[in-house]
Amino acid sequence: MTRLALPLGLVLMCVAMLLAVGIGSVSIPVGDVIDALLGRGESHIVAIVRDLRAPRVLLAAVAGAALAMSGAALQGTLRNPLAEPYLLGVSGGAAVGAVVALTMGWGTPTVVTLAAFGGAAVSTLLVGLLARYAGGRAEPRLLLMAGVVVGAFANAVILVALADAPPDRIRGALWWMMGSTADATYGAVVRTTMALVLFGGLLLVRARELDVLALGEEPAVALGADVDRAARRTFLVASWLAAATVATIGLIGFVGLVVPNLARALGAHRHRAMLVLSAVYGAALLVSADILARSVRAPIELPLGAVTALVGVPFFLARLRKLSS
Amino acid sequence: MTGDRVHVASAPLAFHELSVTYPRAVTPALQRVSLAVDAGKVTAVVGPNGSGKSTIVRALLRRVALTHGRITLGDDVITSLDARAIARRVSVVPQREEVQMALPVHEFVALGRHVHLGAFTPLGASDRAAVGDALERAGMSHLADRTTDTLSGGEWQRVRIARALAQQAPIIVLDEPTTFLDIAHEMAVFELIDALANEGRAVLVISHQLNLVARFASHIVLLSAGEVAAAGSAADVMRGDVLERVYDWPLVVTRDPAVGAPALVPLRRGVRRGGNGG
Repeated sequence: MTRLALPLGLVLMCVAMLLAVGIGSVSIPVGDVIDALLGRGESHIVAIVRDLRAPRVLLAAVAGAALAMSGAALQGTLRNPLAEPYLLGVSGGAAVGAVVALTMGWGTPTVVTLAAFGGAAVSTLLVGLLARYAGGRAEPRLLLMAGVVVGAFANAVILVALADAPPDRIRGALWWMMGSTADATYGAVVRTTMALVLFGGLLLVRARELDVLALGEEPAVALGADVDRAARRTFLVASWLAAATVATIGLIGFVGLVVPNLARALGAHRHRAMLVLSAVYGAALLVSADILARSVRAPIELPLGAVTALVGVPFFLARLRKLSS
Repeated sequence: MTGDRVHVASAPLAFHELSVTYPRAVTPALQRVSLAVDAGKVTAVVGPNGSGKSTIVRALLRRVALTHGRITLGDDVITSLDARAIARRVSVVPQREEVQMALPVHEFVALGRHVHLGAFTPLGASDRAAVGDALERAGMSHLADRTTDTLSGGEWQRVRIARALAQQAPIIVLDEPTTFLDIAHEMAVFELIDALANEGRAVLVISHQLNLVARFASHIVLLSAGEVAAAGSAADVMRGDVLERVYDWPLVVTRDPAVGAPALVPLRRGVRRGGNGG
């Protein structure tokens, strides 16, 4: 199972991406999709595939990978399988930054990206300070609760920002808060990919440290980990990874929650394997969710965040059954 | 205070006048507790529940703030060393640990090598040898491929000891290492502790098992309400009057008929003791 998990995931990811490029108002068979990607075939098909659909699918894949890796790192550090950037206020903080920028009318990609990172930085700082205020140091249990507190506060700020915004900007901000890849550009793909390579790479380099942290505080210290610093550092890197996705496709929940648990169910327990599997399956999941968002009520698009939230429902049901047994 | 016979210089691990008060606690958990852990010997800390035994380990792991005193490794105060430098010199088996990841036992034990590896270095031949050796010494070689979530309480305990052994530090600290173990496995752990000391390591064991400690430890520190109530050899510490006062329970100390070590026998409350007590 474990050995097959990676090739299986890669196949699922590629199939989902090819299907996703083919599906839409103009349906394109897989063979033509491959031709168009190689620059062959009718010019309008090539244009649809290369200019409209490919960036969208790529963005969904990269963002899905980033969210899942972020969740995997947070779950390990906080030793809680329910930790994820969306529930921990990290995405919320990024969203505050982005929504404020949008409602103020500074909606250029650069500003929104910077604002999202700023928001994420402020929220992680707040989480750290709150945990420290409560317990004297950044302990997982306290970080988790502080994250929930900051997340709730972020929601409140977003609602206030929306209520105060001029009507013409509310719709844009709202739509973006529900998560969407519809406005994908190659620029956004490149920015998110850079974040994925940089921050995801940092997590992979620290994978063994994550294994040690996941053992628990005292065992981790006994094995030579500087737990408080390492937990803060991982929290920060995982937050930036999530912020990068919020900046380009908005708020998407539950990918970071469900995918690492899936990776664990597939037999990945060491963090290197878990991070890699999470990236691959996260990409496959978000691309598939995007297919659903576009096709269920076509030509109307469902919010991507709503689709991923629906993915979270069966997961929580399964978890509930496991808890009660 | 008997705990003052600490030779400050050059003990591999020494606690000097340690005082700890937990946040929001009224009474201190430790009060001016001193002890030295020598190379080649088993040193034991005993005492009732809540006497501060585990606080000593938590202080060594920098999980509690000291209100007074210091902990030294040789000539170095631990506050001057980073987490990795400390872990290369002391391996600790903490008291409680839940299974967090379902890892194969050999991979779990290999986490003991963390402190010897850089971020990019994979396990080398010497690391594998250390893991194999640790598994063998803890009597867990036959379970190397099992996953940690399928182990019994006793197996889990021994796997954790194996992980600490894989760390290959010259000082080893074990907090209640024989909890959950039956007599055979409990004895096996104390035999292992004895063997580690005989190889020249400094061993500190925190334990409730007074009778086993009396047989295996060359220096015993008895804690009571955060203070050293008695310290010294088994003969110095295993005294009926002292133990009865510390544990607040009627008991006699007799001589183990087989090996001649002092042995404690708790009595029933209100039951008159036999003639050979004390």
